[in-house]
Amino acid sequence: MPDQPTPMLQARGVTKYFPGTIALDDVDIDLFGGEVHALLGENGAGKSTLIKCLTGAYRRDEGTITLEGEPVSPASTAESLSLGIGTVYQEVNLLPNLTVAENLFLGRQPTRFGMLSRKKMVNLARKTLAEFGLDIDPAEPLTSYSVAVRQVVAIARAAEMSGKVLILDEPTASLDREEVQLLFSVIRKLRDRGLAIIFITHFLDQVFEISDRATVLRNGQNVGMRRLAEVTQKDIVTLMLGRQLEERIHVRSGGTAGELLVSADTLSKRGMIEPFSLDIHKSEVVGLAGLLGSGRTETANLLFGAVQSDHGDVKVKGKKIRLSNPRDAISHGFALCPEDRKTEGIVGELSVRDNIILALQARQGWSRPLSRSKINEIAEHYVEALDIRLASLDMPIRLLSGGNQQKALLARWLATDPDFLILDEPTRGIDVGAHSEIISLIEDLRDKGMALLVASSEMEELVAYSTRVIVLKDREQACELTGDDITTANIVHAITDETLERPSNART
Amino acid sequence: MIRTTHLPLLVTLGTFVIAFALCAWQYPAIFSTRVAANLLTDNAFLGIAAVGMTFVILSGGIDLSIGSVIAFTGVFLAVILRDTNIHPLAAFALVLVITTAFGAAMGAVIHYLEMPAFIVTLAGMFLARGAAYVLSTDSVPITHEFFSTLQDIYWKAPSGGRFRLIGGVMLLTFIIGAIVAHRTKFGQNVFAMGGGAATARLMGVPLASTTIRIYAISGGLAGLSGIVFSLYTSAGYSLATVGVELDAIAAVVIGGTLLTGGYGFVAGTFFGILIMGLIQTYIVFDGSLSSWWTKIVIGGLLFAFILLQKGLTWATRTGKRQSTGLATPS
Ligand SMILES: Nc1ncnc2c1ncn2[C@@H]1O[C@H](COP(=O)(O)OP(=O)(O)OP(=O)(O)O)[C@@H](O)[C@H]1O
Ligand SMILES: [Mg+2]
Repeated sequence: MPDQPTPMLQARGVTKYFPGTIALDDVDIDLFGGEVHALLGENGAGKSTLIKCLTGAYRRDEGTITLEGEPVSPASTAESLSLGIGTVYQEVNLLPNLTVAENLFLGRQPTRFGMLSRKKMVNLARKTLAEFGLDIDPAEPLTSYSVAVRQVVAIARAAEMSGKVLILDEPTASLDREEVQLLFSVIRKLRDRGLAIIFITHFLDQVFEISDRATVLRNGQNVGMRRLAEVTQKDIVTLMLGRQLEERIHVRSGGTAGELLVSADTLSKRGMIEPFSLDIHKSEVVGLAGLLGSGRTETANLLFGAVQSDHGDVKVKGKKIRLSNPRDAISHGFALCPEDRKTEGIVGELSVRDNIILALQARQGWSRPLSRSKINEIAEHYVEALDIRLASLDMPIRLLSGGNQQKALLARWLATDPDFLILDEPTRGIDVGAHSEIISLIEDLRDKGMALLVASSEMEELVAYSTRVIVLKDREQACELTGDDITTANIVHAITDETLERPSNART
Repeated sequence: MIRTTHLPLLVTLGTFVIAFALCAWQYPAIFSTRVAANLLTDNAFLGIAAVGMTFVILSGGIDLSIGSVIAFTGVFLAVILRDTNIHPLAAFALVLVITTAFGAAMGAVIHYLEMPAFIVTLAGMFLARGAAYVLSTDSVPITHEFFSTLQDIYWKAPSGGRFRLIGGVMLLTFIIGAIVAHRTKFGQNVFAMGGGAATARLMGVPLASTTIRIYAISGGLAGLSGIVFSLYTSAGYSLATVGVELDAIAAVVIGGTLLTGGYGFVAGTFFGILIMGLIQTYIVFDGSLSSWWTKIVIGGLLFAFILLQKGLTWATRTGKRQSTGLATPS
């Protein structure tokens, strides 16, 4: 299959300049029908830029593209769609004001007598989504569904529209294991239909599971193509980073909890999360595990006052506090780095520098502005500490690559030097190198006495740094794991085992 | 099933029903076919223009030129019928071509030069008004007998109301407008643009042709509105219909369309027009109130509707539980 004579899609010498950077430097790539081709590289390596050049979302400065041997030059996404290249971009891909079905069919709606047929559209949508494991009402507005559902809808849309090439830019970032498997079974089906599929991700396990070959970018250059059957993860990582990643054996270092800092007592919000109680001590990381929709994000938002609870209360060092909005939380030294950076996090038009100091300045009050040199010092410190790749601190943050935006957001909350830090999916979209840096950062913060609550769908990561892990299920705490019980297997077991008992019994 | 996106439309409908009931309770005479017929006739030109404005606002834009385009159309027709022997129908066709092309040109400038619609259509407003002045500064009467023929077409309701041609033209415009907005691919593209132009572009919506077509529709309907207005007044005057664009915007917003685009209904605009017409009728019936009260009430209504929309956006964003709906793994 990958040895077919003519590639489905071939790009030669693709080059793209941005002010201050060469995002792509003479990149070649070959894609064959019936293969899944991984596109790998660090944050800011140029992966998203490459696919945008291929689909006409960006105008490339140099380079040629052939589709099934014919030269093509899509000048717009509409054109590449009509050529049979379907794409899920890394950013938001769908329109919040339309229904699920309208989003799914925008541009190729079913018609009756020349008019759109909504009924037909909804029925077709239901059928299509069922293939992707979604059982939802397509006539509902897109915004009534979670980010994960939207992601699946976006993938379904791209897959339905792609006759020849399907491009997925970090499609699995907001999915959990089961959904990833579901997506993979769909990808395999499409691959067997002869599609050429580009798959971008930072999860190397997934790369090895689904892909046949991988092309690696580093600093905008193609540094090699590998047949995945012939290499190891370590080879790929070395190729990506251009150096060996120090072997980080995931030794558990849970740390020892200090004095009690924050405690929540039967906190709840009807329809969102069942009453839960939680004590968080200094120098401890409490991990929140669970499937999507199990209540991880809701727990985090409730503790930060981003969502107002309708029952229960929160105490800091034994004193009851008012927690009706994030400002209250911030004044008590809380910080929350949210999951959905696009809508709740970054301010796209503001510079990277302003985005980083935003929360600190807000806590100080706007009447007491930080000095220019102080601002620069803080921003530069975090850019270096988190290895944020940028052309300048003045560039609008939306121009950063996805992973670097995530890091900048993390920097914003670290800059406030909180006592209690809530992280919701801190490593989503972050590359392998930075991933292990962030894990050690979390461990450092913990050892310096900070109390942390980290919600994550990556269990290995939770196992590495958590003092305790709380497993959520159906918007309820299902059980709590401590000490040596914190293993990936136990978490998976707790999530999937229907018969598991209530927290008090599960504790050993 | 009622969806939150339908709520503004329902509120508009409710407002109209309540307002009408109140008026009819105080002045039972309002509840007559005569008043209904006048409501349609008097607001025909505004309604037609508001349909175009609905498309523009749905897409997230604005068109400030329509009042001037209506005046230009009137003057153009009056002058051309006075000075040449062209048949009015040919003149209608000609002026529609001109106004549509004018709108399309504004759309092209907005898209290709990446200029804000506000600025471009503001320039369009001055241009069209200026062109009307150049043609004639005085009010030019239209005396062509074809005009009288058209003006004499009406359907007399049993109880005396006369439903005139121009009211029918407005109704037809609304029906076609609703179909185009809600039942065609183009209409979906308009909504998509209003939801977010950058995302719409990545989803393959042809922004250039959609933008151009939207402003062409708005320009063309302003032309049609101008024709209707000249039938209504039998004259063309370059100082007429100043500020009609703002009335049209008000009708669209009172009709439940979100001023920032993406949400709304053409049918809502129809009720927006009726509500505004009803207020005027009430003031006429009252006799003692200054007609400026119309403006004050419309201002209040506008404010209320904008608040309502803010509230709704806020409610859908925070209040709603997001279901996952993913098939549970076995
Ligand atoms: N529109 C733009 N203007 C200026 N610079 C840009 C623009 N888009 C991307 N860049 C820069 O180009 C580089 C490559 O970005 P790209 O988004 O392709 O990275 P990526 O490989 O997709 O990274 P990630 O894994 O974080 O998504 C980055 O340094 C980024 O800051
Ligand atoms: Mg990217």
